[in-house]
Amino acid sequence: MNLASTSTETNHVVQVKGVGLDFQTKDGIVSALSNVDLTISAGEFVSFIGPSGCGKTTLMRVLADLEQPTSGSVLVNGMSPAQARQQRAYGYVFQTPALLPWRTVQDNVLLPLEIMGYGKDQRQQLAQEYLQLVNLAGFEAKYPWQLSGGMQQRVSIARALSVEPQLLFMDEPFGALDEITRDHLNDQLLRLWQQTQKTVVFVTHSILEAVFLSSRIVVMSPRPGRIIDIIDCNLPTDRTLDIRESSEFLAIAQRVRAGLAAGHHYDD
Amino acid sequence: MTTKTLGKPGSTIPVLTVILAIILIWYAGAINLNSPQIIDRYEKKGVDWSFSQLATDSWNMKRAVLPSPHQVLMELKTTIIDKNVTSKRSLVYHAGITLSSTLVGFLLGAGLGISLAVGIVYVETLDKSLMPWVITSQTIPILALAPMVIVVFGAMGISGLLPKALISMYLCFFPVTVGMVKGLRSPQPMLVDLLNTYSASKWQVFWRLRLPSAVPFLFTSLKVAIALSLVGAIVAELPTGGQAGLGARLLSGSYYGQTNLIWASLIVAAVMSASLVSILGIIERKVCYRLSGGQEVSNEL
Repeated sequence: MNLASTSTETNHVVQVKGVGLDFQTKDGIVSALSNVDLTISAGEFVSFIGPSGCGKTTLMRVLADLEQPTSGSVLVNGMSPAQARQQRAYGYVFQTPALLPWRTVQDNVLLPLEIMGYGKDQRQQLAQEYLQLVNLAGFEAKYPWQLSGGMQQRVSIARALSVEPQLLFMDEPFGALDEITRDHLNDQLLRLWQQTQKTVVFVTHSILEAVFLSSRIVVMSPRPGRIIDIIDCNLPTDRTLDIRESSEFLAIAQRVRAGLAAGHHYDD
Repeated sequence: MTTKTLGKPGSTIPVLTVILAIILIWYAGAINLNSPQIIDRYEKKGVDWSFSQLATDSWNMKRAVLPSPHQVLMELKTTIIDKNVTSKRSLVYHAGITLSSTLVGFLLGAGLGISLAVGIVYVETLDKSLMPWVITSQTIPILALAPMVIVVFGAMGISGLLPKALISMYLCFFPVTVGMVKGLRSPQPMLVDLLNTYSASKWQVFWRLRLPSAVPFLFTSLKVAIALSLVGAIVAELPTGGQAGLGARLLSGSYYGQTNLIWASLIVAAVMSASLVSILGIIERKVCYRLSGGQEVSNEL
């Protein structure tokens, strides 16, 4: 296989071919993913959207080598997810901030830098830089419990960014936050993506969030978890939250909603 | 904000009430248990007696079945304050001997318990093979085991602190292993995943995540362990034939019918045990306060 060279030529960060993943449960085999094909190019912002159990988080965990597919092939930066993980090719933001309570904000951001063996000065400098980027300068010495939920999630974003990965996985990072905070962070994340030109893979179950942030939306459906539609979504780069009232935004949102409805069987 | 004092506010009155009740029950019990002998004596001498006379005599009887609180207090005073610390009749001297083997046994037991837990959590074979043995070890009554250990070590010419400390260790490694295994497995799967995304090594995960997460569990176990360690030390002192230590004092008290001495030794052992557990509790509070990032945590015993 010479996929490594082709992927760099075409700038494909993620290539998924025919991926399936079955879980063995007490009630038999549950198909979390079935025959998933997907290619993500550098600099894209791709959202996975779908109801609970559609395998959107599972698909992302497969990409991050936190879950092993039972069939199909996955390449991340032209290599296997395991190799990509060992080369620390990506940052991962979880559904909850997942901060260590005994570490200060600064020390939490330092955690991956310590593990990856960055020098002391460089560690401090990177932590400072990314805490500033998420507007948390001045909170370095605070402990996680002293911060609001939104601030904690920003710390976890700074932590994922601090090792400067070109690829960022975000698993419903704003799912647990109130709508006002969520809008604010969506706006910040959009700016961040535009500034840093990173490839972002984003899991959400909010249609508005997906349409606002993404350059492409992958609509998924459960039982078995599969992709039923991929929607291009090239809204103007200087968009603000107001765009959610515009007709082009609503048209895309409508298509996502239709896709979700088509793939969702309420009778089972 | 919760208060920073060690005791709960307003706990003095309930505690004093309980102590008062215990003392009253104790005095009543002393009359109940000692009076048959006293009445016997009255009848032999053929003297008239009143209840108040009976009570006073029951509370001041020599070699009483149940000595009264003030008799035990007097015994404590003579054996702790009046006697020189180096005297073989000083309870401070004997308590010191018991304390040293308790502490050595506790350190050995905690070390063994933590090592076993790390092995069980990190090596799958040990998880399957070791845990049943750890549990089986605790089904052997220590009273049966202790004399054998003392005798075997004695035959090899080893006596004194080490065999006693080993018995303490045997008792106290168990709660530490169980608590520590649970603690090391306590981090949320998400945090383990997080460190996996960094390709952290097993030892990085251990030092940065598993160990700090295990500390609250560890302290709970250590408090149980140190109390057991003291029990182990006292039990280990019984078969030595009453040479030294609180266990030896308990034994000689029962040989010679010196009930005052038995009760005084028991009280010293209880106070020592409670103090050791409280000291660990204070350290626990400080450490857990730091581990929670300075957030107040309630850690009741």
